Amino acid sequence: MTNTTNAEALDISMDTQLDDQLNTVPKLLARNAIQYANAPAYREKEYGIWQSWTWSQTAKEVNALALGFLDLGIKKGDHIAIVGRNRPYFYWAMVAAQSVGAVPVPLYKDAVAEEMAYVLDHCNASYVVAEDQEQVDKVIDVIDDLKDMKGIIFLDPRGMRKYDKSSLFDFKEVQQNGRDKSSKLQKTLDAIIKSQNGDNTCAMLYTSGTTGRPKGVVLSNRNIVETAKATCEFDTLSVNDSVLAYLPMAWVGDFIFSIGQAYTSGFCVACPESGETMQHDLREVGPTYFFAPPRYFESMLTSVQIRMEDAGKFKRWLFKVFMAHAKEVGPKILDGKPVGLYANLKYLLGELLITGPLKNTLGLSRVRVGYTAGEAIGPELFEFYRSLGINIKQLYGQTEASVFITQQNDGEVSADTVGKPSPGVELKIDEKGQVFYRSVGSFVEYFKDKKSTAETKDKEGWVATGDAGFIEKTSGQLRIIDRAKDVGKLKDGSMFAPKFVENKHKFYANILESVVFGDGKDKCVAFLNIDLTAVGNWAERNNIAYASYQELAGHPKVYEMIQKNIEEVNESVAQDDMLSSCQIHRFLILHKQLDADDDELTRTQKVRRNIIAEKYSDLLKALYDGSSEIFTQTEVTYEDGRKGSISATLEIRDAVVHSKKQVAA
Amino acid sequence: MNAVNSHITPDGRTIGAPIMEMKNITLRFGGVVAIKDISFDIKEGEIRAIIGPNGAGKSSMLNVINGFYHPQEGEVHFRGKKRKSLKPHQIAKQGIARTFQNIALFKGMSTLDNIMTGRLTHMKAGLLSQTLWWGNAQREEVENREVVEKVIDFLEIQTIRKTPVGRLPYGLQKRVELGRALAAEPKLLLLDEPMAGMNVEEKEDMSRFILDVNDEFGTTIALIEHDMGVVMDIADRVVVMDYGKKIGDGTPQEVRSNQNVIDAYLGVAHD
Repeated sequence: MTNTTNAEALDISMDTQLDDQLNTVPKLLARNAIQYANAPAYREKEYGIWQSWTWSQTAKEVNALALGFLDLGIKKGDHIAIVGRNRPYFYWAMVAAQSVGAVPVPLYKDAVAEEMAYVLDHCNASYVVAEDQEQVDKVIDVIDDLKDMKGIIFLDPRGMRKYDKSSLFDFKEVQQNGRDKSSKLQKTLDAIIKSQNGDNTCAMLYTSGTTGRPKGVVLSNRNIVETAKATCEFDTLSVNDSVLAYLPMAWVGDFIFSIGQAYTSGFCVACPESGETMQHDLREVGPTYFFAPPRYFESMLTSVQIRMEDAGKFKRWLFKVFMAHAKEVGPKILDGKPVGLYANLKYLLGELLITGPLKNTLGLSRVRVGYTAGEAIGPELFEFYRSLGINIKQLYGQTEASVFITQQNDGEVSADTVGKPSPGVELKIDEKGQVFYRSVGSFVEYFKDKKSTAETKDKEGWVATGDAGFIEKTSGQLRIIDRAKDVGKLKDGSMFAPKFVENKHKFYANILESVVFGDGKDKCVAFLNIDLTAVGNWAERNNIAYASYQELAGHPKVYEMIQKNIEEVNESVAQDDMLSSCQIHRFLILHKQLDADDDELTRTQKVRRNIIAEKYSDLLKALYDGSSEIFTQTEVTYEDGRKGSISATLEIRDAVVHSKKQVAA
Repeated sequence: MNAVNSHITPDGRTIGAPIMEMKNITLRFGGVVAIKDISFDIKEGEIRAIIGPNGAGKSSMLNVINGFYHPQEGEVHFRGKKRKSLKPHQIAKQGIARTFQNIALFKGMSTLDNIMTGRLTHMKAGLLSQTLWWGNAQREEVENREVVEKVIDFLEIQTIRKTPVGRLPYGLQKRVELGRALAAEPKLLLLDEPMAGMNVEEKEDMSRFILDVNDEFGTTIALIEHDMGVVMDIADRVVVMDYGKKIGDGTPQEVRSNQNVIDAYLGVAHD
């Protein structure tokens, strides 16, 4: 069975590529197999060599697997779970599942067996496509409780020689079986693909679920394909682009980049050799389209800084001179603004000597479009990459929106906004400040959860994000302030958004954690945690002796340093139109680090402000009653579960606050 | 136990006839008797452990097996035939590879090159061809590199492919050394304290690799190990040595309940 005939059967040929006809991922694949037949679709490093598959080869692999699926009895509406690291085979499995009318459900590969059991049971998965023994073992652990589970398809047979093979199937054998039966099943398969349209489910992705059980977000082919088409056009992504797929396959972003946009525009998806070799593989592949969460950019910057400190004097000098210049003019050059001939020449020289090689080392030389999202990114960090000439932009999105809600245009980039509505997205903000959107990418429903669906998405199609934000007047871009439920009001009626201020605090290396209070009060106060690595380093350089976190945290010089940071943040907060009253009037540095073991943080390291407020109510009271120090005793849980208590006398400091006028004057 | 016919273990591996038989081996260094009249066999496809307190003669035994030491008395039978006194490289050609108690890698060379040295016995190209990098030499290099890459994949050490071995932590160096032995595609693999100095997690990893080597490639493995937990978990049969003598031989359960073994480990006065 060749692809040409496959495409003919689907009535897809070069001259009938009407957009509305290409409304599902399998149909896009059939088109790519002709239009981009010899362009690379997938690459994966294996045995030290980059292997690649063209679009026409990919179509054959997917076709064989889909036939194999049919032969296994997988039918319309079945759910096929997929679990493993980013590998071409799993992307094929997703498209093959779609081709037979089944719904692919990618899972987090590091989920423990119970978590996996919940999802497999919730979606009534009939088959699991698993990477290796580790994943197969997890499924086998819970298979007895899964009444719909018919079998496991595995990719890497290693270690499973002696397993009971009655419900285990080798991925390659399933494909071979499909090829063998193609004369019998090909017509059926083609008919199924042809009968599908934008309403058919494209995938189901489980949201991580910070509150309660994970929810299965159902996304239709229309959601994915239309969103991908619009956003590919937005960033002019084409068959000549490439991306490195290294973020979890269960995450909606990977699905939209590596399936949605890749199949729409025909660009190549490269998979790293293993999770640990990602940085190295990134450099070898040199993608033109790149996505990473802020913490990835941060760790890359830290490694650059550490390695520069180890470099020789001359190199350090070069780095200092040219990075300073790049910081000044780099972002402007990137945005196409004039900077003058001399500055341009100096920037070019810097590119030749410093920034060019640096970008190459980071694997970012070819990046044309880069996005960061997920949480706030520090302006310094953002500026660093942009000054190198790497076009990093901000994006705001969520699973329910097929990712894209807002994104920044080239040339309209800033660190504290997240951009204008993506193509085809309508935005509104209600009286409480919560952001709502309506778009072609808005999810169909939460699987088997009508109640949650109704709570999130209203009859007119507006979806609640749960985030509070506003449209910045000067730029017309959305700015996210906080989770909507955390936003409140001060006594005088002005808006209170703790995370907005906390993030600004946390951009300082010295401050690890900040918890701001003020809802319903007349002014804002803060608890702080210092970063032991950064402050400890500073103490070492300045000959400040300390024995414990507590001692260092209470050191007057540390207080002085932190006070300076807080006051700088106050100054920047003061300039904000809506949030100028969120400046910190009084603060203290906590005598212990906030810890998930003490329930003060979630396991994903987010602060639980209500629990903290309750636990340290004495400290909070002292912050408001004007006392200059307070004695406190706190129960702590050690890692082995034993409990103890620590006591300390904490200093409370007043910080200078600014009125808006003061700053202007 | 029937020593000749092959049998299948409960977990589905085939254990065949003895591949190596030690018959009444006695090894002396001058007046010191390192090994005294020891006989045991290693069957095809099994994991055979040699245990014993410090100075029991375990490493000497391993050196007898791989032909580095020549016992004064006794016979070594390999695949049913009495083995003549051979040089180590000749032994290597017979399909016996080993790792060392103290890592013996080329510290300045990369992981890749170190493992490549394990392919030495499989290289046949002549000096001229190798010098000119032409013909056989080129073809062989590609073939050998393929084997080496499969070993790297197997041991999950892709990240350190190009890293000089001297810079690696101890646990990884041990893994590279195992890689070099595997690259030789041995029939019999000798491991001298593969887990020494490792933490629990590294031990678990190494145990899994040893089991996988045995399972995937059907390689017969003889290993010396101090960690009793590990030995009891992965070995099919165990030989126990003390002061150069064999004091126990059998399955882990049998050895564990053997009074002589218990005495040796708890320390009982010797006659």
